Amino acid sequence: MKNKIKNTTRRSFIQGATAGTALAAAGISGFPHVVRAADPVKVGVIHPVTGWAQYSGSQCRFGALAAIEEVNASGGIKSLGGAAVDAMLGDAQSKAEVGAGEVEKMADAGVSAIVGAYASNICLATTQAAAKHGIPHAVDVGVSDKIVSRGLTNTFRFGPGFGAITKAGVEGFLAVNKAAGNPTKTVAIVNEETTGFGAGIAGIMTKGLAPAGIEVVEVLSHPTPNKDFRNIALKLKEIDPDVLIPSHYYNEGVLFLRTLQRQKVQPKAIYSVLGGASSQYRFVSEFPDAAQYVMDCNHWFDPKNAGALALQKKTNAAGLHYNYEVFLAYTAMMFTLDAIERAGSADRTAITEAMTASTWGGHIMPYGATKMENGQNTGARPLVMQVQGSDIGVINPSEYATAEAIFPRPA
Amino acid sequence: MTTRERILGWAFILCALALAPLFITSNRWIDFLELTLFIAVLGQGWNVLGGYGGQYSFGHAVFFGTGAYIQALLQYKLGWSPWLTLWFAISGTAAVAAMIGYLSFRYGLRGSYFALITLAFAEAFHVVSRSWSSFTEGGQGVQLTLNQDPALALATFQFSFGGPFMKAYGFYYTIFAILLISYAATWWMEHSRFGAQLVAVRENEDAAEALGVNAFAVKMRAICLSAAITASGGVYYVQKFLFIEPGIAYGTAKSVEALFAPIIGGLGTVLGPLIGSFFIHGVGEVAKEAIHGIFGDRPGVDLILFGIILVLILAFAPRGLVGLLERVWIRLKARRDA
Amino acid sequence: MEFLGLDLPSYGWETVLGSAISGVFLGSIYALVALGLTLIYGVLHIINFAHGALLMLAMYAVFFLWKFLGLDPYLAMIIVVPGAYVFGYGLQRGIIGKASHGRDEIILLVTLGVSIVIENAALFFFSASERSVLVPYDLDGIDLGVTYAVYPELIALGGSLLITFALWLFMSLTDTGKAIRAVAKERQGARLVGINVDHIFAVTFGIGTACVAAAASLLVPTYAVHPQIGYLFVLIAFTVVVLGGMGSFIGALVGGFLIGVTEQLGRLYLGESMGVITISVIFILVLLFRPTGLFGQRSG
Repeated sequence: MKNKIKNTTRRSFIQGATAGTALAAAGISGFPHVVRAADPVKVGVIHPVTGWAQYSGSQCRFGALAAIEEVNASGGIKSLGGAAVDAMLGDAQSKAEVGAGEVEKMADAGVSAIVGAYASNICLATTQAAAKHGIPHAVDVGVSDKIVSRGLTNTFRFGPGFGAITKAGVEGFLAVNKAAGNPTKTVAIVNEETTGFGAGIAGIMTKGLAPAGIEVVEVLSHPTPNKDFRNIALKLKEIDPDVLIPSHYYNEGVLFLRTLQRQKVQPKAIYSVLGGASSQYRFVSEFPDAAQYVMDCNHWFDPKNAGALALQKKTNAAGLHYNYEVFLAYTAMMFTLDAIERAGSADRTAITEAMTASTWGGHIMPYGATKMENGQNTGARPLVMQVQGSDIGVINPSEYATAEAIFPRPA
Repeated sequence: MTTRERILGWAFILCALALAPLFITSNRWIDFLELTLFIAVLGQGWNVLGGYGGQYSFGHAVFFGTGAYIQALLQYKLGWSPWLTLWFAISGTAAVAAMIGYLSFRYGLRGSYFALITLAFAEAFHVVSRSWSSFTEGGQGVQLTLNQDPALALATFQFSFGGPFMKAYGFYYTIFAILLISYAATWWMEHSRFGAQLVAVRENEDAAEALGVNAFAVKMRAICLSAAITASGGVYYVQKFLFIEPGIAYGTAKSVEALFAPIIGGLGTVLGPLIGSFFIHGVGEVAKEAIHGIFGDRPGVDLILFGIILVLILAFAPRGLVGLLERVWIRLKARRDA
Repeated sequence: MEFLGLDLPSYGWETVLGSAISGVFLGSIYALVALGLTLIYGVLHIINFAHGALLMLAMYAVFFLWKFLGLDPYLAMIIVVPGAYVFGYGLQRGIIGKASHGRDEIILLVTLGVSIVIENAALFFFSASERSVLVPYDLDGIDLGVTYAVYPELIALGGSLLITFALWLFMSLTDTGKAIRAVAKERQGARLVGINVDHIFAVTFGIGTACVAAAASLLVPTYAVHPQIGYLFVLIAFTVVVLGGMGSFIGALVGGFLIGVTEQLGRLYLGESMGVITISVIFILVLLFRPTGLFGQRSG
C-alpha cells in the first residue's frame, strides 16, 4: 500500500517536473501552449541561486521569469510576429568567474540579451563578458557605481545606484525632519563595510546633513556577515544620538534591530538608507515590534500602480515575499523586453541601440520616463517608506506617498 | 611507465591543449577549458607543497589572493604595466610564503596543525584586506580600468577587446602558458635532488633528517615554489576579470578548489592536478546537464551530486585518478605483452 | 588612548564592561559549538569539516518543530539531541568511516564532501530564505546595569556550563565514556583489550553531533537559520578547540569564553571588522607556541 502511494507520487512528480521543465523551456508556465509563428527570442537570466547570495538570487530569478511569463501570455513580442521569449537560466554560484562563464554559454546559445546578476561583484564580471560579445546586459540590482562607470556601451542599469539612493535618502530625511519641526541634532550611522556600499553612504550623508545643522556624531561600521551587534548597541547607549541611520543587508538588519530592542536602545527615530530589513515584509511579519516606525530609503515600486500590486499578489501566491529583488529584476526584464519590442529585432546591436534610446514609461516603478545616460537610468530613484502597524507605507516624496510620517517615534 | 612513455604522453596532452582552439570554436567550451586550466594551476601549486611535500595547506587562497592583490594594486595605485607587476606579484607572494613557512616550520607544525595555521593565515589576510581600506580599497575591491582599444590589448594585458583571435583565445593561451611553465617547473623539481629530498621529508621527516636532509630548508623551498605557482593563477584572474575583492581573493572557495584537484587527480604527480581539474569540472558540467533534465532548475542539486561523487572517489580510488589510470595502463600492457 | 603605538578610541568603563559581558555570552555559544568538535577531534583525530553543516541541520530541525508543532526551541532538545546522535552515529559508521580507509587526510576531505552534500540538500529542500523563531520571552531578562541580558542568552550560558559538566560526568563515570577515553589515548591497545573501536568511533561522532544539536537549540532563538549559517561559527569553533586543547571539554569552555571576550574587546577597540583579527592572531600564536592548547594532553 505504501509502495503504491510512493510510486504514484514519484511518477507524478517526475511527470510534473518534466512537464514543468517543458513549459518553462517554452517560456510559459501555467498557460496553454500557443503555437507561435516566429522563432522565440532567447534572453539570458543569470543569478547566484547557490552560495551565499542564494536567497536574493532566487528572488531575482522569480521576478525576471514573472516578467517573461507576462509578456508571453499577452502575445509575445508583437513586432516579431508574436515571438515567444525563451529564458535561458544561469547560476552564478555566488562567484564572479562562474557568472562570466554562464555568459559565455549564453553567448554560444545565441541569446539576444542578458538580465542579471544581483550582486555588484558578479555584475561587474558578467557585464564585461557580455561586452566582449556585444550582448546588451541589463543590471537588475547591483548598486555599485563602478558598474556604470567603465565606459561599456552594452551595460544598462534601470534602477538607481547607491549615489542616487543616498542623495535621495538625505533629501527624504531633511523633509521628514522639517515636517516634524527639526527635532534632530545628532545622528549616528551604522553601516556595513564589507561590500563597500556602506562607506560611501557615510561620506555623502555627513556632507548632506551638515547644512541643516545636523551632526553625524559617529559612524559605526561592521562586517558582513555579522553575528553580534552588542558592542554597537553599547556604543550607541553611550553616544545617545537622536536618530540612527543604518545601512546593511537583511540578516544584519534583522539582528541589529532585534539587538536594539533587547538592549532598550530607543532613539527618536531609525531612518535607514538601504536598510536590509527595514522595508521587508517578512521582517515586519516575523518581528512586528522591532519593526515599528522604522523608516527606510530603499528600492520600492510605485504604490499606486496596478501592475505593481498585481505582481505583489502573484509573488505572495507563490509563497514568496515581495521584496526589492523581485520587482527590480521584473522591471529590468520588462525594460529589456520592451527594448526588443521597440527594436523589432532579436539582433544584439539593434537591442542595445533601443535600450540606449529608450524612453519607456510603462513600468511599475516610481521612475517616470526612462532616460539612459552612460548606461544609468537617470530617472531611477528610491522611495522612503515607514513600517506602520503591519503595513509598509510610502512617506516620501509626496507624489508617491500613501501615509504620513510618524516622526519622532511615540514613546 | 617508462620515461619515454611519459614524455610521449605529455607531448600528446600539451599538443592537444595547444591546438584545442583550432577545433573548438564554441565560447562556452573555451571558457570551460580556461577555468579548468586555471584550477589545474592552483592545484599544482598546492600539489608541490601537499602532494610532494606532504604538508597539507587548508588556506592556499592566501597565495592566490596575495598574488592577485599585488598584481591589481600596483596597476591601480602606481599605474605600472601588468607585465612588470606580475614579477612583483609572484615574488611578493613567495616572500609571504617564506614568512608563513618560517613561522610554521620553525615551530615544528605538521599535519593538522599545519593545515589549521594556513587556514588562520588565510582568514587573517581576509580580515586585513577587508578592513585596511586605505591600502586595499577594503570591501569594495580593486577595479582596474578596462581597455577597449584593440591596439593596446597586448600592452595592457587585456584581450577582451583585442582583435578577433585575441578576443577569443588570448586568455586561453595566457593560462596555457602559465600551466606550461608551472608544470615544467614541477617536472623539473620532481626529477631533481630537491624533489627527492622533499619526498623523503614527506615520507618520514625524522628519518630524512637523520640521513642529513635539512628538512626545514627543503620545506621552505617547497612552500615558496608552491606560492609562486599559485600566485601566477592570481595574476591571470586579475587580468581576465579586472576585479579583485577580499572574498574572492581570500575566501575558502579557492582554498578548496586548490586542494580538490590534486587529491582527486593524484597527489605527488605532475599530471594529477590537471586530470583532477578536468574531472571535477567535467563532472560539474555533466551533473548540471543531467540534473537540469530531471529537476528543472532547482538550485543546489548539481552540487549534491558533485559532493556524492567526491566521496565515492575518495572511497574507491584513494590514490586518485592517476593511480587508477596507471593500473589500467599496466593491465593493458600486460595483456598486449602476454 | 595610546596602546602599542596604536591610537585607540576611549570608552566609558560601562561600555567596556558591557562589552566584556557580551563576550562571555558570545563565548558560551562558541563553547557549545566547540564541545562536539573537540570530542570528535580528541578521539578520532579528525577535523570534522561537516560540523557546521550538522549545526545547520539541527537548527532547521528545531525551527520546523517550532513552526509545525509550536514546540519551544529549548524543549525541542528532547527530540533533536537523540535524533542527532543517531544521525551522527550512522554518518560515521556508514559513510565517513567506510570512505576514509582510516587515513587522516582522506577523512578531512570526506567530511568536506559530506558538508557540501548536506548544505546543498538543505538548499534544495528548504530553499535559501532565512527562518527566524520568536519566543515569547525574547525580550525579558535581567538588567545588569551596564547591559541587558535577555533570557535566551542566559539560557545559552547556563546550557554551555551544564552540557560541559554532563559530558565530563559521562566520560568519567560511564563504561562507554571510559572506553572512549581509552580509544582516544591508545587506539591499538584498546582494540587489544576487546573494545570495538569502530563502534566507539561512531558513538563519539554521535555524541559530538548531539552536542552540536544542543547548541543549535540554544542558538535558534537569536540567530536566523539558513543553509550557510554553519560557516559563521565553525571557523571560530576550530580556534576554540585548538586554544582549549583538542579533546578537552573544560578547554572548550574556557577557550570559548576567552575568545568571546577577546573578540568583543578587540572589536570594540579595533573596529568591528578588523577586531575579528584577534581570533586569527590568537589561533596563530597558540599553534606556534602552545599547540596542545591550555588544557590539552601533551603527546608522546
